[in-house]
Amino acid sequence: MTLQECYEKMGANYDEVKRHLIKEERIQKILLLFLKDPSYDSLQAAMASGDRDTAFRAAHTLKGISLNLGLTFLQQSSSALSEALRNDPPAENAQSLYEALIPDYERVASAIRQFQSELG
Amino acid sequence: MIVDDSEINRSLLSDILCSDYSILEASNGLEAISILNSRNAEISLVLLDIVMPEMDGFEVLSVMGRNDWLQNIPVIMISSEISTAAIDQAYDLGATDYITRPFDDKTVQRRVQNTVMLYSKQKSLQNMVAEQIMERERSNSQMVEILSNIVEFRNGESGMHVLHIRVITDKLLLSLRRHAPEYGLTSALISLYANASALHDIGKICIDDKVLNKPGKLTKEEFEHIKTHTTVGAEMLERVRGVSGDSDILRASYDICRWHHERYDGRGYPDGLKGDEIPISAQVVALADVYDALTSPRVYKAAFPHEKAIAMIKNGECGAFNPLLLECLDENSEWFANELNLRSPHEVNSFELRHVTSELMSRSELRASARTLSLLEQERMKYRFYASISKEIMFEYDRDSDLLEFSEWGAKYLGVPELISHPIKSPEIISLGLTVYRDLRKRILAAPNEIANWVCSLTLHGQPHWFRVIARTLGVEGDPDSYTKVIGKIIDIHDEQIKLNELEKMSKRDSLTGLYNHGATYDLISSRLDEAARHGKRYVMALIDLDKFKNVNDVYGHQFGDEVLKTMADYLRGCLRREDVIGRIGGDEFLIFVEYTSDPKQLMARIADAASFPSLDQYQISFSLGASLYPEDGATHDELLHRADVAVYSAKQDTALRYRFYDSDIPDFRSSHSPIDGGQ
Repeated sequence: MTLQECYEKMGANYDEVKRHLIKEERIQKILLLFLKDPSYDSLQAAMASGDRDTAFRAAHTLKGISLNLGLTFLQQSSSALSEALRNDPPAENAQSLYEALIPDYERVASAIRQFQSELG
Repeated sequence: MIVDDSEINRSLLSDILCSDYSILEASNGLEAISILNSRNAEISLVLLDIVMPEMDGFEVLSVMGRNDWLQNIPVIMISSEISTAAIDQAYDLGATDYITRPFDDKTVQRRVQNTVMLYSKQKSLQNMVAEQIMERERSNSQMVEILSNIVEFRNGESGMHVLHIRVITDKLLLSLRRHAPEYGLTSALISLYANASALHDIGKICIDDKVLNKPGKLTKEEFEHIKTHTTVGAEMLERVRGVSGDSDILRASYDICRWHHERYDGRGYPDGLKGDEIPISAQVVALADVYDALTSPRVYKAAFPHEKAIAMIKNGECGAFNPLLLECLDENSEWFANELNLRSPHEVNSFELRHVTSELMSRSELRASARTLSLLEQERMKYRFYASISKEIMFEYDRDSDLLEFSEWGAKYLGVPELISHPIKSPEIISLGLTVYRDLRKRILAAPNEIANWVCSLTLHGQPHWFRVIARTLGVEGDPDSYTKVIGKIIDIHDEQIKLNELEKMSKRDSLTGLYNHGATYDLISSRLDEAARHGKRYVMALIDLDKFKNVNDVYGHQFGDEVLKTMADYLRGCLRREDVIGRIGGDEFLIFVEYTSDPKQLMARIADAASFPSLDQYQISFSLGASLYPEDGATHDELLHRADVAVYSAKQDTALRYRFYDSDIPDFRSSHSPIDGGQ
């Protein structure tokens, strides 16, 4: 599985990320770091405990990462969630936005995991 | 330094930048601040995320601003926040740049590079400035001297006081080092104390002038007021330490300022310190101060001779001192007696210092204190006083304002106002004569920095009047035309000049008649003939010979003869114009040389008209006249004179003929008045 195939699998635009970050090794390195990033775990925990502030930062960081990696759909869902969480109290649709984000994240994560496993 | 809570973001940026820069990473604001604190100088740029736990990017920015770090460390914000509010806030807090996600490799590279370069340029400039300040610090002693000069200036001290104190302090400390190694006086300390000694009286800046320069005895209150100069000076130095940081010279000056009026027996002021509680620097300066005060004149006392001063100090009449120091004083006694008197002001270059001082004062004009103004006023009063007693015409021209100022006396003397703006257009100056202005300009431009000195004629009360002008420019730097002021004086030398002119005249005049003597007549005629051809001028020369003059002397005596000659001279003067040459070239021979345009015969006929011949008492003067014409009869004085002589001889032969013009019909002869033997 190539990097490009990995991007196709998760439904993201490889050309765009290539244009921004230029080097394939760099994209690969950053992409692999995605799995280690604590933002999603932190988001899950914070949403469960109702820690709006932490949830906001986690969603925001996720948005930043997806922006840099050209993961447009994840960026859109994390951006929407972070805006809903920005102010206290959070917007009413915060929970549903969070739930909408979960499959997006999983899609990216599973594609990267597959890519990683094939690297050996 | 990359500050971002997400490791992914950090490693991405790090990856982009690591080939050109070494990277520090912080995962939140607090960490960033702690790195900035400890490794400040190593950081050339901060890439800063906004949304972070612990401390967000905006807070980091404000902390950096409060610590003045932003002046040296640029911050580029990196964020996915694209709201203008966030961007504005970042710039408001002092961020240099703002990069939004998704960023690309090139953007980050280029913006980081630009920012780092810009700031490193600024840093090197700052280093240059810092170096210059360091350089100035090095000339510390000069600053010290300038400051102390301001104090002296005000105290009306001799201008030598600071130098003396310094020299004495230096000498005493060197002696003390030999006698008492326990004070640990190194050469560096000695020179430090000597330098600092100059500031011992800096507190006097705040003492009332009237008290400071009071000639009589001080009241108790006044003395208490004067005493405060020790603590005030010390406070001033303390404040300087607060502003510019601590330094050896400031510490030493503080000790000296505060304690140079303490006494070894503990009865001094302000703190009543006793013995070696008083810093040794202050002890030495105290002794130096007393010695110099005794041997110098002050408003309240005359100078004591060296021996008397030493005796007074040893008797304890002027305070109590460390016995060791008194020994040191004794040891150097002879040297002080001889050397201190030899130290002349040019050694301290006190003129230059004063110049710098006044420069400093004028530079800070806007902030000039009342004290500064009163100092300047004093200077002007001094100047006016000298100007008024010297009865001289002094002037000062300021180029910027185009203002000419005369001393009061001078203005009155010249009959002009004291202040004249735009002098070249002022009727008063024009009536004095503008050539002096042009001369002045020419001379000072030709030799800037030199003193121009020349004699010229001005029109005073409508009459030409001789003056000597002495002037120089001020403020010439390289370019002679860059002067800012011209100062000088004008001296009335009219009487002297007139006398001089008289003397010069006398050497050319016949003492009896006041007419030109033979030599001067010859010179004048020759020089006019030299010019004559070029200007196409025509002249008539006439030789006049008194009839039977020898008889007059024989019959009436020489005194009467002299009167006859004077009368004759007056007669000729009456017939001719000022510019005509009239000379007495022999005993009873007169020569006139007159330019004519139409008919010379008329003039000759008028002069030689027997009816108008002068008489003296009963004696009727008569004479014969022979004339020759230039250019017809000759081109030189001698040729013309010879032919006039021929003509007069011919006229004498004929009693009916009073005058005759030369013509070739008159037989030439060997004249009794040849140019060779004539005129004695």
